[in-house]
Amino acid sequence: MADTTAKPKGAAARSSGTRRRGRKNTSPGLGDEKPEELLDYYRRMLFIRRFEERTAQAYTQARIGGYCHLNLGEEATVVGLLDALRPDDYLFTNYRDHGYAIEKGMDPKKVMAELYGRADGVSKGWGGSMHMYDTATRMLGGYGIVGGQLPLATGAALAISYRGGDEVVVCQMGDGTTNIGAWHESLNIAKLWNLPIVFVVINNFTGMGTTVEMSSAEPELYKRGSAFRIEGVRVDGRDVLAVRDTTAELVERARKEQTPFLLEAWSYRQKGHSVVDPAKYRTEEQWEQARADENDPITLFEAKLAEAGVLTDELREEIAASVKAEVAEAADFAENSPHPDVSTLFDYTYATPVPNESRRMPADPVFAE
Amino acid sequence: MSVITYRQALRDTLRAEMVRDENVLVMGEEIGVFEGSYKITEGLLKEFGPRRVKDTPIAEEGFVGAAIGAAMLGLRPVVELMTINFSLIAIDQIINHAAKIYGMFGGQTSVPMVIRTPGGGGQQLGATHSQNIELFYSFIPGLKVLAPSTPAEASSMLRAAIRDDDPVLFLENLGLYNTKGEVPEDYAQPENDDVATIGRAAVTREGSDITLIGYSRMAMVATQVAEKLAQEDISVEVVDLRSLRPLDRQTFVDSVKKTGAAVICEDDWLTYGIGAEIAASIQEGAFDYLDAPVRRVAMAEVPMPYAKPLETAALPSVESISTAIKETLSAVGKRVG
Repeated sequence: MADTTAKPKGAAARSSGTRRRGRKNTSPGLGDEKPEELLDYYRRMLFIRRFEERTAQAYTQARIGGYCHLNLGEEATVVGLLDALRPDDYLFTNYRDHGYAIEKGMDPKKVMAELYGRADGVSKGWGGSMHMYDTATRMLGGYGIVGGQLPLATGAALAISYRGGDEVVVCQMGDGTTNIGAWHESLNIAKLWNLPIVFVVINNFTGMGTTVEMSSAEPELYKRGSAFRIEGVRVDGRDVLAVRDTTAELVERARKEQTPFLLEAWSYRQKGHSVVDPAKYRTEEQWEQARADENDPITLFEAKLAEAGVLTDELREEIAASVKAEVAEAADFAENSPHPDVSTLFDYTYATPVPNESRRMPADPVFAE
Repeated sequence: MSVITYRQALRDTLRAEMVRDENVLVMGEEIGVFEGSYKITEGLLKEFGPRRVKDTPIAEEGFVGAAIGAAMLGLRPVVELMTINFSLIAIDQIINHAAKIYGMFGGQTSVPMVIRTPGGGGQQLGATHSQNIELFYSFIPGLKVLAPSTPAEASSMLRAAIRDDDPVLFLENLGLYNTKGEVPEDYAQPENDDVATIGRAAVTREGSDITLIGYSRMAMVATQVAEKLAQEDISVEVVDLRSLRPLDRQTFVDSVKKTGAAVICEDDWLTYGIGAEIAASIQEGAFDYLDAPVRRVAMAEVPMPYAKPLETAALPSVESISTAIKETLSAVGKRVG
């Protein structure tokens, strides 16, 4: 029987994607997966779901400020993608980063504390929702400018290549990103310099409120690598095992062949672009699609596990309770974490301190007597 | 001491830093096979190979961003942007990313990189290739912006920039590359630890009648002005800002307290320019000491014309700065030679 009380293990506890190469576990079957492993995926997806729901709740209670972009509906992509990476592989994401941060191995309590803007947050309250970062787990940041992370991730892959390392960089983005200049420049440079990087496009069909068809002359996004001789693959992002296997294969090829790849993962964003977006641009049909059970990766997986006899009612309740408790623990931690001390306001402008750095508070004179 | 050009100082210092630190690499357009549009990277590809001397596509946002990402993993890229005008293509990566990464991640990672880039008018390059837009970068906390005016400064400040853990914009004025100056004998030695302190201005010439403040090419022109006016018995103190961010206000404010008057000369546009910040700082720090309003001599506020007489007229000159100094001094009844 699976240990359902275990916390999300984080990347460090996970096995390498290499082990799974060549195995066929694509949808709809569950293949020869071990029940404990399947339940672990289920639990981790559910954890992100409940964490994000709690986040939305805290946001509407004004406990969280700023913007808040959730992974609701994209949990299978998040879990499958990160499960395929080695702990020493690097991840760059866009602003929809909470789930990725947790799956890369970051402490959910510190992720929640960052959302609350507290001193115990991963970035000490300096980043907020869009800027989760952790050197230890090699989550090298969520970025708020669409596509801003692409050149950075390419540069990280350059550093790996420069040092002759065998780590891989995974660079996540949304479908809207594929039309900006930095996309073209980064893919070109990555191929030109043979860099070990997998560009991952989460295609939820809508860049804010604009559909892929309205914004992309080639809406088959995985094909867009061909302009750079980058192999592109599309995967069903609702299927955690398919995402895992496809990612694992591309990551290992990037590692061995020292060359970039492009992965497009379909998924259905269940809410608006951010917590405050009622998504009025969506038609009734689009809403039905986004909310359909067959497009919900957790409902889908739950049904499969139940059918296979892996997930009993009792076990489901057990997992639900433990996830709920752990999310509550994260929220409590965030609530009880202190606000950053105002005296630290000038601590993070420069890594190498300099004389004459302006440290004025508003209304302070430039030259105090 | 030996006398070399500003260009030579940069080239030899860059090479020395590459010898000293394996993590230093250079990246940019035409810096390898072509050996650099202004020949600062001449010889580097032959000596260090394509791993450490990377020719890039013409894709400023892509390669500047890649340098930032590489720096986050501990490399120390020195990027050459062919001219500061092209930095506008990469401005998202510079301002939204290089400048912010240390702060927005709560100090967990820094961006130890240098962007070297020439700029400035006077070469008949027209409107889009004659700009000094250092103001954009000087405005941004998280960036450091250096503007050395002499070969010795160029050498010790480039060394400082490369060894610094923050993103540094290193401004080179096209009009300076062939200028000469004294440098220490060991300026090109990898073990040389003559590292300038980033964020310090310098009084490069002492005087008693008025303070003349400039940076980069204008600091050099300021010295010429001071030499010329000395023959007319006007004693000009010259302050070379050297660093636009952090800005060393104390040095020029102390100078103004001593002389009682100030003129600022700048190679950029007047409105909202660097000089506006200097003038405001003097007002805040030395109001009681001023005998006259602070004057600014800046570029004409036009897109730079190509035709030589128009371009020359648009730029501050020894004559226009001298006139401003004399008018300032005569306004308060000081002798004007």
